[in-house]
Amino acid sequence: MSAPWQKDGYEAVIGLEIHVQLATNSKMFCSCANQFGDEPNTNVCMVCLAHPGAMPVANSEAIRQATRVGVALGCRIPETSEFSRKQYFYPDSPKAYQISQYDQPLCAEGLFRVPGEGGFDVRLTRAHLEEDAAKMIHAGGEGGRISGSAGSIVDFNRVGTPLLEIVSEPDIRSPEDARRFLTLLRATVVAIGASECDMEKGSLRADANVSIRPIGSSEYGTKTELKNMNSFRFLERGIEAELERQLEVVLGGGTVQQETLHFDPVAGTLSSLRSKEQAHDYRYFPEPDLLPVHQTEAGLIELGSDLPELPAARFDRLVAAGLTEPTALALAVDAGLAGYLDAVATATGDLKTSANWTMGEFSAHLNGAGLSADQSPVTPERLAALIALVVDGTINQTAAKEVFGVLVEDAQATAAGVVADRNLAQVGGDDALGEIIDAVLAAHPEEVEAFKGGREQVIGFLVGQCMKQSGGRADAKALQGLLRARLNG
Amino acid sequence: MAAVDVIGLTAERAAAMLRAGECSSEELAGAYLERIEVFDPALHAFLHVDPEHTLAAARVQDQSGNVGLAGVPIAYKDLLSTKGVPTTAGSKILEGFIPLEDADVVARGNAAGLVSLGKTNLDEFAMGSSTEHSAYGPTRNPWDQTRVPGGSSGGSAAVVAAGLAPWSLGTDTGGSIRQPAAFCGLVGLMPTYGTVSRFGVVAFACSLEQVGPMTLTVRDCALLQQVIAGGSERDATCVGLREPIVLPEPGRLDGVRFGVPWAELEDGVDPGIRERFDASLKLATELGAELVDVELPYARHGLAAYYVIAPAEASANLSRFDGVRYGLRVDGPDLRSMVEATRSAGFGPEVKRRIMIGTYALSAGYHDAYYVQAQRVRTLIRRDFDAAFGGVDAILLPTAPTTAFPIGSRMDDPLAMYANDIFTLPVNLAGIPALSIPNGLVEGLPSGLQIIGAAHTENTLLRFGAAFEQAIGFDSVPPALRGGAA
Repeated sequence: MSAPWQKDGYEAVIGLEIHVQLATNSKMFCSCANQFGDEPNTNVCMVCLAHPGAMPVANSEAIRQATRVGVALGCRIPETSEFSRKQYFYPDSPKAYQISQYDQPLCAEGLFRVPGEGGFDVRLTRAHLEEDAAKMIHAGGEGGRISGSAGSIVDFNRVGTPLLEIVSEPDIRSPEDARRFLTLLRATVVAIGASECDMEKGSLRADANVSIRPIGSSEYGTKTELKNMNSFRFLERGIEAELERQLEVVLGGGTVQQETLHFDPVAGTLSSLRSKEQAHDYRYFPEPDLLPVHQTEAGLIELGSDLPELPAARFDRLVAAGLTEPTALALAVDAGLAGYLDAVATATGDLKTSANWTMGEFSAHLNGAGLSADQSPVTPERLAALIALVVDGTINQTAAKEVFGVLVEDAQATAAGVVADRNLAQVGGDDALGEIIDAVLAAHPEEVEAFKGGREQVIGFLVGQCMKQSGGRADAKALQGLLRARLNG
Repeated sequence: MAAVDVIGLTAERAAAMLRAGECSSEELAGAYLERIEVFDPALHAFLHVDPEHTLAAARVQDQSGNVGLAGVPIAYKDLLSTKGVPTTAGSKILEGFIPLEDADVVARGNAAGLVSLGKTNLDEFAMGSSTEHSAYGPTRNPWDQTRVPGGSSGGSAAVVAAGLAPWSLGTDTGGSIRQPAAFCGLVGLMPTYGTVSRFGVVAFACSLEQVGPMTLTVRDCALLQQVIAGGSERDATCVGLREPIVLPEPGRLDGVRFGVPWAELEDGVDPGIRERFDASLKLATELGAELVDVELPYARHGLAAYYVIAPAEASANLSRFDGVRYGLRVDGPDLRSMVEATRSAGFGPEVKRRIMIGTYALSAGYHDAYYVQAQRVRTLIRRDFDAAFGGVDAILLPTAPTTAFPIGSRMDDPLAMYANDIFTLPVNLAGIPALSIPNGLVEGLPSGLQIIGAAHTENTLLRFGAAFEQAIGFDSVPPALRGGAA
C-alpha cells in the first residue's frame, strides 16, 4: 500500500460504504423509467409514491447487474438472499421504510485487490441491493442544504432507483489508499456496464468509517461515519480532516464520540449530523411482499463467463507486456481507452508503441475535443496504419505528429496518403544526410569551434539546424550519429 | 321497469337470467340500488354508492351482450382500490383518497363484466372482528340489527345477507371473510395464500391476507373464485392456481376422512355452536365420511403469534400514512408535528394499539423475543397442519366460537374481541385455504362450519362444502326479509 497514515503513534483505520446506482432501464420495484435529470416527479407511479395497495416487484435486471458486480468484486454469491424492510420516517422515504437487505444480502464476503506497487487487498463485508430515496431540495437553504431553509420539496423521480451498497472491512490505512481503492472499484463497476458511477450525478456515493488506534493495536477505536464526499478529492480530504480531528481529540486526552459527520468541502470542516444516542432503530424484518432471490450455480457460471476483462487483470496484463505502472493503471481504469489500445495493438503487433500513441497524441486529442475513444474520427485502424509508418522508418516522430493532426481533421485521409501528399517521408540515407550536414557545418563555423572546444551541448543546435534544413524529415537518430562522427572526426 | 326480486337471488341465477334476457343488467342493478337506498341507512353496510356510475356500467354490459357473468352486480370491500372511486379502508386518514389504479381483483371483476354497486364498510384497515372499528360507524347484522355482522369484512357480509348485492369480495387476514360469513349466514372462502393477487389491496398484514368471495352458495363462491384467482405480474407473492376452480356438484362424501381437533374445542366454545358443530359431524358420517382425531398442538398459540406478526407488518404498512402525499393532513409548525397531528387525528384507537404493539415487537432488544419467536410458532403451526393433512382430506372446526355478539359488547375488551378469531387465525398463519359455510341457526343467529384444507385444495373444499350445504339445507334469507318484503 501507499505509505500508511501514521502520526504520533496512531494509525488510520478506514472502511468505505459505497452506493452505486445501477443503470437499469426501470426502477428497482416498479416499471418507471430509471432516468437522471428529468422534470421532477414525472417518473413516478403508485409504487414510487407509496400509495395504499402498491406492491413492489423486484427488477430482475437489477438483480442480474448487482450479481455481476458481486462476482467482479470477488464476492461469494449465496444461493438465497432476501429483501427486508428498513424503517425510518423521513419525507424522502414515502413508505417510511426502504426495501433493502439485512442478514441475507445478495453478495456476501469478498476480496478486492488493488494491484501495482504498494498494492493492497481490501476485504468486502457484503454488497446488497436496495432502493434509493427521493431527492430532497431544501428551499431557501444555502446551496439546497437544510440549514436555514424555509421548507423542503421532494422529487420522487429518484425514489426506487436500484442501488447497490458495497461495504468494505476497515482494511484501508490511508486517505490516499481510500481514493485508490474507490478508483479501482469504480472502474470495475463501470467496466462491466452496471453503472455510470458519476459522483457528480450521485450515481456513485461513498461514506467512510474512520477511526484511529495505536500503531500495532489489533483493537479498533471508536469510529465516525463521514457522509457527503461527492468527489474522489473530497473523499481523500474528508478522511484526512477527520483523522486529524480524531488525533487532536485523543492527544488532548479526550475520547472520540461515535457520530455521523458531514464534510463541507468548501470550508474543509466536519459537522455532526447525529450522535449515537440519536441512532436509528430500523426495526428490520423480511419484506413479506417479495419472495427470496434464488441463484443457481449454472446461472452464476454463465454470468461469470460473460464478464469483460476487469481493471485489475488488465493492469497485470499491461505491466507484464512492458508498460509502466502509471500507464497501465491509467489504461486499467479507462475501459474505453484500453479497448482502443487493444484494437490498435492487435493491428500493429506492437503494444508498447501503440500504448505510447494511445496515451500520448490520441488521449490529448480526446481531451481537447471532449470525445470518448469510440467517438474519435481516428479509428484504431487509422492510427495503427500511422504507427506502422513510424515503426518501419518511413516517417519520423515529427512527421507522424503532423500526419496525426491531419487524420483528426480529415476523416477520409489515410496516413500513407498524407505522407505522400506532403512529401513527409524521412530523409535517412547517409548521402542525403551528409549533404545537409555539410551545408549546416559550413554555415555555422563558430558553433563547430565551440563544440570542438568542449561545449558539447551545441550539438543540439546543430541537429535542429539540420532538421530544419531537411524540412523536418530527417531521421533524427541517424542524423545525430552522423553529425557526431563528423564533428569528432 | 319491472322490479326484479333479488332477495335470495344467487349470482349464478342472476347470470342465467341476464343471459336468457329475463332482465337487463341495468334492471338488476337498479333493483339492488333501490334496496340499498331503503335498507342501507339502517344497516350502514356501504361506505360509497354511486347509482349513476353503477347504472352506466350496467348499461355498458347490456350493450355488449351479457355472456358468462357479465352484468352481474357485486360489492367490494373498501379495502380494495377502485380507480377513480374513493377508497378509505374504513379510516379517516384516507378520507377523500382516490386510487390511481384498480386492485387486480377489481380489474378481474371488471374484465368478467361484473358491475360494482359500491364499496362496503369494514373495521379500519381491516383490524377488527366486528366492523365496529370503522371510522365511519358500525355496520349492523341483517339477522339482528342490534348485533355486529362480524368483521373485518362486515359490510361485505351484511350487503349479501340483506339482499343489497348478490355477492361481494372481502379480505381475510385472520378470519375477516369467514367469521362475518358465519355471522351473516353466508359462504366465505379464504383462498390459499398466493392464489389471489393482493395488488391494490390496502395492506394490513401482507404475509397473512388474501382476497376472497362472500356468497349465498358454495357454487357462487366457486364462480367468484374463478374470476379473481390467478397469477399477477403486480404481486410477486401471487403464483396463481395449480388447477382451475371447478363448479362443485353436491353429492355424498363416501371415503372422505375429516380430521377433528377435539382438544381445540374444549374451552371457550358456546354450547349452541358446539351443538351445531356436532350435528354437522353427524351429517358428515351420514354422507359416508369418516371422522379422524387430529391434533394441532401449536394452533392454540396461533392467537399470540398472530397478534405479534400482524401488528408488526401493520406497523410498517401504515407508516406511509403521514399526510405528505395524499389523504388527511393536519398541519403543524414543522414536519414532525404535522406527521404526529395527522396520524393522531387520522388513526382510530384499535389501529394505534396495533401500530404500537407492532413497533414494540420489532424494536431492538425485543425483536427476537417477540417477532422471531412468533415466526417460530408460525412454522410449528404450519407443521401441525402438514402432519394432520397426511392422514385426512380436510379438518373441520366451527368458524367462530360464538354467534354474532351485540354491538358494543366487546369494544372495551380487545382480548375478548381477538379471541373470536381463535379458529380462523391458524389458517392464515399456515397460508392454507378454508371454506366457511352456514351451519344452521343458534337461537335465531347463523353459525358457521369451517372446512380447512391443505394448500391448493380449494376444489376439494368446495366439493365438501356443496355436500354439506345440501345436507344442511340452510335458508340464507334472514326472517325479516322473507315473504317478498322488498
